[in-house]
Amino acid sequence: MNMLAEPLLPSVNVEEKLFQDRYRVDVGRPHIKLRDAAVCTACAAKPCTVCCPAGCWRAVEGGGIDLVVDGCLECGTCRLVCDEANVDWNYPRGGFGILFKFG
Amino acid sequence: MEKFDVIVVGAGPAGNAAAYTLARGGLSVLQLERGESPGTKNVQGAILYADALEKIIPDFRDSAPLERHVAEQRMWLLDENQTCTGVSHRDARFSQQPYNRYTIIRARFDRWFSEQVKRAGALVICETTVTGLLKDDAGKVIGVRTERAEGDILADCVILADGANALLGERAGLRPAIKAEDMALVVKEVLFLPKETLEARFNISGTQGVVIEIAGNVTHGMVGTGFLYTNKDSIAIGIGCMLGDMKRQQLTPYQLLEGLKRHAAVQPLIDGAEMKEYSAHLIPEGGYRALPQLYGEGWLVVGDSAGFVNAVHREGSNLAMTSGRIAAETLIALRQAGKPFSAANLAGYRQGLDESFVMADLKKYQGVPELLHENPHILDLYPRFVGDAAREILTVDGAPKRDKQKKILGELARRRSLLGLLGDAYKFWRAFR
Repeated sequence: MNMLAEPLLPSVNVEEKLFQDRYRVDVGRPHIKLRDAAVCTACAAKPCTVCCPAGCWRAVEGGGIDLVVDGCLECGTCRLVCDEANVDWNYPRGGFGILFKFG
Repeated sequence: MEKFDVIVVGAGPAGNAAAYTLARGGLSVLQLERGESPGTKNVQGAILYADALEKIIPDFRDSAPLERHVAEQRMWLLDENQTCTGVSHRDARFSQQPYNRYTIIRARFDRWFSEQVKRAGALVICETTVTGLLKDDAGKVIGVRTERAEGDILADCVILADGANALLGERAGLRPAIKAEDMALVVKEVLFLPKETLEARFNISGTQGVVIEIAGNVTHGMVGTGFLYTNKDSIAIGIGCMLGDMKRQQLTPYQLLEGLKRHAAVQPLIDGAEMKEYSAHLIPEGGYRALPQLYGEGWLVVGDSAGFVNAVHREGSNLAMTSGRIAAETLIALRQAGKPFSAANLAGYRQGLDESFVMADLKKYQGVPELLHENPHILDLYPRFVGDAAREILTVDGAPKRDKQKKILGELARRRSLLGLLGDAYKFWRAFR
């Protein structure tokens, strides 16, 4: 991996991108959950925080994870990159979640 | 409880091709889609391959929402020095009807395809997530479970067209878990521009369109590619990398996309465009060796859910539609012969795939995922070398050409030993022959 190139890439506010997308949020019924928050706290790598294309996974002070799925694009990446199998991943209820205008 | 001949899970290209063909063949079909309408959960570049759809709906061009026909293909190698080295292929015959490839906007196209499915006689129900498969005591799949109240529905066969995540098959124990190493994550934006501006920038008119496939160091050493496609009045731009690589580094997918958008060869093409959607999707790129079991007692799997993607040629939707059609034709033939949808009989699906381009192409490139996984320098060292060599040759600075040639070859030898070069060439030949 070319780590030296990293500073060349701009930091990006993904929320601004997600603002263009259409959602029907299933309030109070997140479709992705942590199985065990302590497992995330113990995880040093936290690939979810890098790979999630919607920035849903944020590392917080104290080593834990803050997961907010409202902006989720339903790609499934977090489930696959978690070496701890700590992601309880389901599709949202029918009609809820991301609603692509163009796709 | 209601019972159908076939339940199709998902309304993407594979599911729609299957449901349409089945309904036309006289079978009772229920198609379940979790989106608000077909297409609202689906993401693709997107290029439509006419041949695959023509074999299902011969006159699709009369009514399908098509953006542009592909008149020109460019293949670019980009690197972080803002170089762009590539080839273009524009062929006037690509602009003669019937056109071979089109750009499409999937949300619109999928909605159209679903209308054809309904017209053919299938029952299509949206806003319904299938949460599991129903099995009898012997393990035969006999229907699906949905999240709705009293949501169990029976069928003689279930076609899994549930897309790249393939959760249903995994949870029902029909396939092993998907691995990050076999999947690419792609992020994409749709950027709108006035039609005239777009046509001037890409040197196109009428319904002509340009497709740009991009490789090189825009993926920062990860195995992956980018793309830029022209729609009528918008540009689809995206970049994708293998998840196995992405999880081992610190660049976010949206940073990679921003890097591509700001590249000196790309930025002028999209300058001033208005971004109206940002999306992401997984692509199964494990190829032939990552294929799961494709059929069993009372079930078949098609499209992305089966892993039918030709990553080398950036083809997927045509494999999806073709697999959906062959699955449907298999079921229709069995029904006409009065035979049950047992695993032994559904082996005809695999046979049909084996006789088509789907398996032929997957087999041809079966060594490529492993080649790139084990030799990531191939997508980094060589594109960079090509760019540097071109710059050296094209810079006129009084140095004799022989010296320039020596310098270029010396540079190559510095970056890769002769043995390494020969080894790469051999591995490349083996994987692509």
